[in-house]
Amino acid sequence: MTNEALQNLIGSWFPNSEATPTSEVKESPETAEVSEEPDEPQKAINPSLLEFSEEGSEFLNVTVQPEHLHDLMSRLKNDKQTKFDYLFCLTGVDWEPELGVVYHLESTTHRHNIVVKVKTADRENPNFDSVWDIWRTAEFHEREVFDFFGIKFNNHPNLKRLFLTPNWEGFPLRKDYVDEVNMVTK
Amino acid sequence: MEEATVIDKNFKTEPYQINMGPQHPATHGVLNLLLTIDGEIIKKVEPDLGYIHRSIEKMCEADSYQQIVHLTDRMDYLSANINNEAVCLVVEKALELEVPDRVKVIRTIIGELTRISSHCLWWGVMGMDVGALTTYFYGFRDREMLNDIFEETCGARLTMNYNVPGGLMFDIHPNFVKRVKKFIKHFKTKIPEYDRLLTGNVIFQKRTKGVGVLSKEDAISFGTSGPVARASGVSCDVRKHHPYSALDRVTFKEALKTEGDTFARYQVRIMELWESLSIVEQLIDNIPEGEYREKTNAVIKLPKGEYYQKVETARGELGVYVISTGTKNPYRFKFRSPGFSNLSALNHMAVGGKIGDLVAIMATLDLVIPDIDR
Repeated sequence: MTNEALQNLIGSWFPNSEATPTSEVKESPETAEVSEEPDEPQKAINPSLLEFSEEGSEFLNVTVQPEHLHDLMSRLKNDKQTKFDYLFCLTGVDWEPELGVVYHLESTTHRHNIVVKVKTADRENPNFDSVWDIWRTAEFHEREVFDFFGIKFNNHPNLKRLFLTPNWEGFPLRKDYVDEVNMVTK
Repeated sequence: MEEATVIDKNFKTEPYQINMGPQHPATHGVLNLLLTIDGEIIKKVEPDLGYIHRSIEKMCEADSYQQIVHLTDRMDYLSANINNEAVCLVVEKALELEVPDRVKVIRTIIGELTRISSHCLWWGVMGMDVGALTTYFYGFRDREMLNDIFEETCGARLTMNYNVPGGLMFDIHPNFVKRVKKFIKHFKTKIPEYDRLLTGNVIFQKRTKGVGVLSKEDAISFGTSGPVARASGVSCDVRKHHPYSALDRVTFKEALKTEGDTFARYQVRIMELWESLSIVEQLIDNIPEGEYREKTNAVIKLPKGEYYQKVETARGELGVYVISTGTKNPYRFKFRSPGFSNLSALNHMAVGGKIGDLVAIMATLDLVIPDIDR
């Protein structure tokens, strides 16, 4: 599936109730250029709760609200048209001030890719739903993210430090982490 | 006297925990497995990682892109050249830099030789793990020839750092082509010898067939890649699906098996030895003339954006994910290492088997611990 078709399909799963029905008419399916969402005339309300972008990335990027994350992910995996069954990369990122997780997905049947991003501004107690029940590999990757970013994953079966010792203080891959002894700052 | 022979029929066993590693020879490095076992039967395997974690990802955030290349061959040190290539490719992709043809071909040749050398070591160690010590010396004998070739051209035997963003550190040694051809001729007679020594061995087959079965669905769900996934029938060869460097101009078969057991993983790697050899053979006579390096700025700044590059190392899919804000250092540099995802399937494969099976499974997962503890 092309990025454009993916965007239309996945966007329709989470309709934005605030968007007026007329905003759907604006979608003109002929060319990829026209339907790129940020360029739509006069900043129409996004017809979907998801935000799409292809800017600065080779994949289609979807930003999802934390409360829709698990729902979206299980549909991406189970829907016949998308079938993203291979989670090949799960990355924690500190965007300052937001913390977030980036999921790289591929479908082994359709061979298309998508990148799902989720962010939260809560640095004290960031938490997202775990996707380990959808892709088993996430169990390890989420533990790594928890270890280095302190992001908690709800419903994770075994959420504890993976690389560092249990009594380690702080989360080293956060941008505001300070270690006077071991870190060389240039 | 008779009392001593009475056996309590209601004798109860209960699972207990035992540490395998971090100094166990079969873990090939400092990996600690916390086993929950009932007698000899494994109930649970919980890997305890981090003994040699160096936080390469954090170090990358303070390094220039040229420096990052040097860190990567400390991850999966048996695929050093391919790791270097991954970082170089992602930088070149971001800069939209087209490297000379010569570079592409040499990179692919060196990459495939690296794969052969890694599989040689794996084959030797695999035999040793299941009790055949001879294989160790055979594998290292052939790997030695490759190390000599690498030493002559790259200047190092293990951590080569031969790739740089834009091309290669220096041109190939005048002897390179001659010695590689000699190696191909030599190694073609050696793979059948490997088969005669180990593949057909009855004890070896009993130790590996039907052991540690991973179904196709689980292989995908656990995010496995490389020979582990291909032995379960998952077509996942990055060289086929997302060809890079000169891999689009060679023909080779993707090694695939469907059994998903330890023996299938073994066979896939043996098949890969043949395929890699054939790739090198196709390219070695056709190394184009030209520059070995495209000029880049001394300070490389990637345009703002996100870049992802995957390559096929000897262990599977290595992904490099870079978030750049347009400065000379990356904002976030993530390595998706194949060993890490492959290890996550270990518990699933080993449960219900014996401790001896676990050793055989670990051998065909071909774990390199610094790749997991990045």
